[in-house]
Amino acid sequence: MEYKGEGAKGVAVEIRNITKSFGDFRALDDVSISIEKDEFFSLLGPSGCGKTTLLRIIAGFETPESGDITFDGNSILHLPPEKRECNMVFQNYALFPHLSARENIAFPLKLRKMNKDEIRRKVDHYIHLVELDGHEDKRPAQLSGGQRQRVAIARALVCEPSVLLLDEPLSALDAKLRQNLLVELDEIHDKVGITFIYVTHDQSEALSISDHIAVFNEGKVLQTGSPYEIYESPSTRFVASFIGDTNIFPCIVENSVYDNNLEEWLITVQIDELGSTVTVTDYDDIEIGRRLYFTIRPEKIRIVGGERKLGENSFSGFVDEPVYSGYQSKFFVKLDNCTFIKVLKGHTTYLDDGPEIEWKDRVSVSWRAVDGYLVKEEWSEKR
Amino acid sequence: MRSYYKEKRSFSFSNLCLFFVLLFLFLPLIVVIVYSFNSGRAMVWQGFSLNWYRELFTSSVGLWKALWNSIIIAITSSITATILGTAASIGIKWYRFKGRTYITVATYLPMILPDVIIGISMLIFFSSVNLPLGMFTIYASHTTFNLPFTFLLVSSRLDEFDYSTIEAARDLGAREYDTMVRVVIPSIFPGILSAFLMALTMSIEDFVITFFVSGPGSTTLPLYVYSSIRYGVSPVINALSLILILLSMAIAFTFRRFLKSFAASA
Ligand SMILES: Nc1ncnc2c1ncn2[C@@H]1O[C@H](COP(=O)(O)OP(=O)(O)OP(=O)(O)O)[C@@H](O)[C@H]1O
Ligand SMILES: [Mg+2]
Repeated sequence: MEYKGEGAKGVAVEIRNITKSFGDFRALDDVSISIEKDEFFSLLGPSGCGKTTLLRIIAGFETPESGDITFDGNSILHLPPEKRECNMVFQNYALFPHLSARENIAFPLKLRKMNKDEIRRKVDHYIHLVELDGHEDKRPAQLSGGQRQRVAIARALVCEPSVLLLDEPLSALDAKLRQNLLVELDEIHDKVGITFIYVTHDQSEALSISDHIAVFNEGKVLQTGSPYEIYESPSTRFVASFIGDTNIFPCIVENSVYDNNLEEWLITVQIDELGSTVTVTDYDDIEIGRRLYFTIRPEKIRIVGGERKLGENSFSGFVDEPVYSGYQSKFFVKLDNCTFIKVLKGHTTYLDDGPEIEWKDRVSVSWRAVDGYLVKEEWSEKR
Repeated sequence: MRSYYKEKRSFSFSNLCLFFVLLFLFLPLIVVIVYSFNSGRAMVWQGFSLNWYRELFTSSVGLWKALWNSIIIAITSSITATILGTAASIGIKWYRFKGRTYITVATYLPMILPDVIIGISMLIFFSSVNLPLGMFTIYASHTTFNLPFTFLLVSSRLDEFDYSTIEAARDLGAREYDTMVRVVIPSIFPGILSAFLMALTMSIEDFVITFFVSGPGSTTLPLYVYSSIRYGVSPVINALSLILILLSMAIAFTFRRFLKSFAASA
């Protein structure tokens, strides 16, 4: 085995121009993704966008109309599910109800006619890996949701596939358990060192665990990239608002000049909803007159009490609704021209006298040009 | 759960209901059992004796022959009906083809039709194809009237079956045959077993249909009992009843324990 470390090790799974329809309904539309060896790759998108369909095509339960999928450069589409070098953890676990946890995990090994001692050794190893010691003789009906999920993972891992497919394995669990299992899943991934393809509709789950993410909507891949790229440089309006929380406004580019200090282009855009212009930086020169979207994340906006001019991109208004959640507060600020803007303020100091900013307080908000972002998706008048 | 039942020992309306149900169920049986030990022939108590048991075991060749016939037919026809019913329910549930619903409805027909009609139509059919009446015709008709029940019981078990376990099995490397033998059959086995038991009892106790399709030398137990009581009830039948009751109770209890261990998995 090669040493598992940082850096690219070549492509493990290549998905090329996959299209799949159910009757007239197009579930996947020209989907292309390439997934590197040993990485944790997430397919992220809202319900019904075709994530499960893509996973089922990879596993061999559905056949696409066109396109190809290769594992290590070899096409797998002609292979039946049992011959593919991938295993799947199903959304509902799909454990065999008549077998104990141990027998469930041993199932694929027994099919391969492995000798008894070898089976025992391997099963023990994986039971230990997913921390199921002491529960191995229980039937699925006697296990908790989290334990069932771990049996399902162990059962898929015991085949030692080169790719593990996980279809929202945590969606049926409560938030706390989900957090714990997410950490466990990450540890398992580090230990076994194989490619994970993980389907989820939970953006925070995807951001925290993945090496790369593909964002889906309505059967199309909108953007592929690292969590950082997806969050900071969304390529479409949908990605910007689906990942995390954001303020997003249609804008018209008015001016664009190169700033030698920042080594970036300083772009001025007109935003009708704010009734003003805003400056924002971008790596590229942007044509004047283009209709794009301007976005600014709530946590990147500064908020202070009272009416103060805070340099560039500064607005004032009233706090319409403060939402206090311990470590931070979220403010819905109603600007003077009646547009709402969301602002997050982290509480990094001890709040002795209660919140500094309260309901109906007059506040000023501002952000730096480098913190905004221009989404390169065009809009037309009749949206 | 256990402790809940234990606490509810005190007398209540539900206990009263239970008492009457059991009384109505078992009173006739108790009468039969008591009179099997009667020394006289009439329904008047004349003293304890094992006469009828002696007669049952020594000089009732026809009866034993009939019981043997019943058992053979019950076992063979139940096995056939269970296999056919299981295959049919799997086929109809998981495969799409033309006329699925018609087949389903047609399968239920023998369950709805009165036994007399089935008996007569079987008889007409067998004589029109020149099949001599005997063990085989009884076997065939029992298989026919048992089929809807086995089909229904296995189907209801299949409704609860999680289809994705089949995909999981395929994904883990099982071919179609392995999937069937290692996943599908074991998961629906409680359903198959209860279908088999149901068929077994219905076949053993059937009188009407058997009456029409039996021939010389193929007398089953119900037919034998019927022909012997036409000339007054022989207490030998009472003696036989006790033995059958004990036997079926033993079978029921063994299977119940077996089924219970299965229920834990569902
Ligand atoms: N067998 C099928 N027949 C017809 N339509 C289907 C079939 N399977 C999926 N679809 C449709 O394809 C679309 C994508 O389904 P898919 O199961 O891939 O969604 P998903 O992204 O996994 O959603 P979720 O997050 O809710 O699981 C859905 O609109 C669904 O209705
Ligand atoms: Mg899904």
